[in-house]
Amino acid sequence: MLHLILFLFFGVICAAGAINLLAQSHPINSALSLIVVMASLAGEYLLLGAEFVAAVQVIVYAGAIMVLFVFVIMLLNAGTEEHTRGSRVAILLGVPGVLIGAVLVAWTLLYRSDISSVKIGSMYGGPYLIAQLLFRHFLLPFEITSVLILVAIMGAVVLASRPDAVAKRHHAEAPKAMPELVGTGKEH
Amino acid sequence: MSIPAFLIVSIIKSAVVIGLLLLAVAYSVWLERKVAGHIQNRWGPTRVGPFGLLQPIADGAKNFFKEDLIQPHVYKPLFIAAPVIALTLAITSISVVPFGNSLYIPETHIGHWLTIPEIDTPLQITDLNIGLLIILGITSMGVYGIALAGWASNNKYSLLGGLRAGAQMISYEVSLGLSLIPVLIKSESFSLRAIVESQRHLHWNVFYVPLGTVAFFTYLISAYAETNRTPFDLPEAESELVAGYHTEYSSMKFAMFFMAEYANMVTVACLATLLFFGGWMGPVFGPRILQMVLPIIWFCLKVFFFMFLYVWVRWTLPRFRYDQLMAFSWKFLLPVAVANIVVTSLIEALRS
Repeated sequence: MLHLILFLFFGVICAAGAINLLAQSHPINSALSLIVVMASLAGEYLLLGAEFVAAVQVIVYAGAIMVLFVFVIMLLNAGTEEHTRGSRVAILLGVPGVLIGAVLVAWTLLYRSDISSVKIGSMYGGPYLIAQLLFRHFLLPFEITSVLILVAIMGAVVLASRPDAVAKRHHAEAPKAMPELVGTGKEH
Repeated sequence: MSIPAFLIVSIIKSAVVIGLLLLAVAYSVWLERKVAGHIQNRWGPTRVGPFGLLQPIADGAKNFFKEDLIQPHVYKPLFIAAPVIALTLAITSISVVPFGNSLYIPETHIGHWLTIPEIDTPLQITDLNIGLLIILGITSMGVYGIALAGWASNNKYSLLGGLRAGAQMISYEVSLGLSLIPVLIKSESFSLRAIVESQRHLHWNVFYVPLGTVAFFTYLISAYAETNRTPFDLPEAESELVAGYHTEYSSMKFAMFFMAEYANMVTVACLATLLFFGGWMGPVFGPRILQMVLPIIWFCLKVFFFMFLYVWVRWTLPRFRYDQLMAFSWKFLLPVAVANIVVTSLIEALRS
C-alpha cells in the first residue's frame, strides 16, 4: 500500500516535471525541471528494488550531467526562448508517433493481460549482481563501450582545443580571433 | 518492532539527530572563531557567556532579526530556493551516518499506566545497503544550491562565484568518489555500518599502509574542496569576488548558506571517521550503560578532531590560484586515486 502511494507520488512528480520542462520558456527552469524528472525516476527505481541503479541515476544524471547543463546555461547566460508556431516536422512525425504509442500501450493493457507484470520490489539491482553482470557476463561490451567513450572524449578535446593551435598543426593560416561564443541575451 | 513503535522511534531518532547536527553546526562556528583567535594570538569570542559559549545563540538571534533584502534585479524564485536547496541537502546526508553500535532501553514502567516497551535500535536513522552512495549522490546534488544562488543573484561576482563552485565541485567529486573505492574493495559493502564493522581490532583503513593512507589523504583533500573550505574556497574569495555566490544574500538566507557549509563539514568529518578511522571503535569497558555510551564518545572525539583539523588548515594555508586548483584536481589527485584503485585491487586479487 505504502509502496503504491510512493510509486504514484514519484510518477506524478516525474510527469509534472516533464510537462513543466516543455512549458517553461527559460532554459534554466527547463534544466531544473529535468533534474526533478531524473530524481523522481531514481525514486521509482528505488521502489522497484534497483537500489544501485537508483543511486547511480542520482549521482550521474541528476548530479553530474545536469550540473554541466546548468553550468553551460549559466556560462552562456542564455536568455528567454522565443515562442515559435512549432516546426512542421514535429507536427508531421510527432502527432502520429504519440497516437501510435498511446494505442499500443492501451492495446497491450486491455488485451494482453497474459504478459507478466513487474511487482514492486521484485527486480534485483544490488551492487553485487550489477557487478556480476558488468564484469563477468557482459565484460566485452562494457570494455568496448568504455573505448567508445574514450574516443568521444578525445574528439571533444580536439574540437575544444584552441583554433590557432589546430591551425598551426595543419600549417594553415590561423584565424584572427576566437569566434564569438558568449550570447548577448538579456538577463532573465 | 510493530509499525507504530517503528514510526515513533524513527521520528524521535530523526528529531534528535537533526537537533544534534544543528547544535554541532552552531558550535563549530564557535570553535572556528575561538581557534582562529588563538592561532592569531587573540582571544576570540569571550563576552557572551563563559568562554563566549553563548555566542552562537547571539549570532543566530542577530541573523534572525536582520532585514531580509531581496534586491529588485534578482530572479526571485531561484534566489529564494537556492539557500533552501543547499541547507536541505546538507542536512539530509546525515540520515545514513551511524553514530554508534546500538541503543538498548529495557522495558520501563512510568507510574501505573504508562509502559515503554523494550527498545533495541541501531544508533542511526536508517541503515541502507547503499548508504555511501546515498551520501555521494546528495553531495553531488549540493552543487545546485551554490550554483543557482550565484546565477539567480544576477550579479557578476555572484555568477563568477557560482561558476567556480560548479566547476570545482564537479572536478573534486571525481577524485572524492574514486578515493573511496579502495575502502569499498576492502570492506566489500556500501553500508556504512558494515564498513565500520570490517575495521574491528584497530584494523582501521588509514593504517592499511600505504594504500589506505593514500586513499585517506586523497579523500581529505577532495573533501576540503568539495565543502569549499580553505585552501579551496575560491567560490567566495573575498579578495576577488566580494563574497562570491552569497554577495546578495542577507539575514537568514545568508545564515542558511553558512549552516549548509558547516553541516557539510560535519558530514564529511563523520564520513572520514567512519571510512578510515574505525567509526565508533575504541576501548569499551565497564558496566552496560558505559558500554553503550563509550562508542558514541569515541565517535564524537574523532569527528571533533576532523572539525578541528578543518579550522587549523583554514588558518594555516593560503588560498590556491584558480588554475592551480583545477590542475591539482585533474593532474595530480585523479591519477593518484586511479593508481591507488589499480594497486589495491591487484593486491586484493592476489591475496584471495
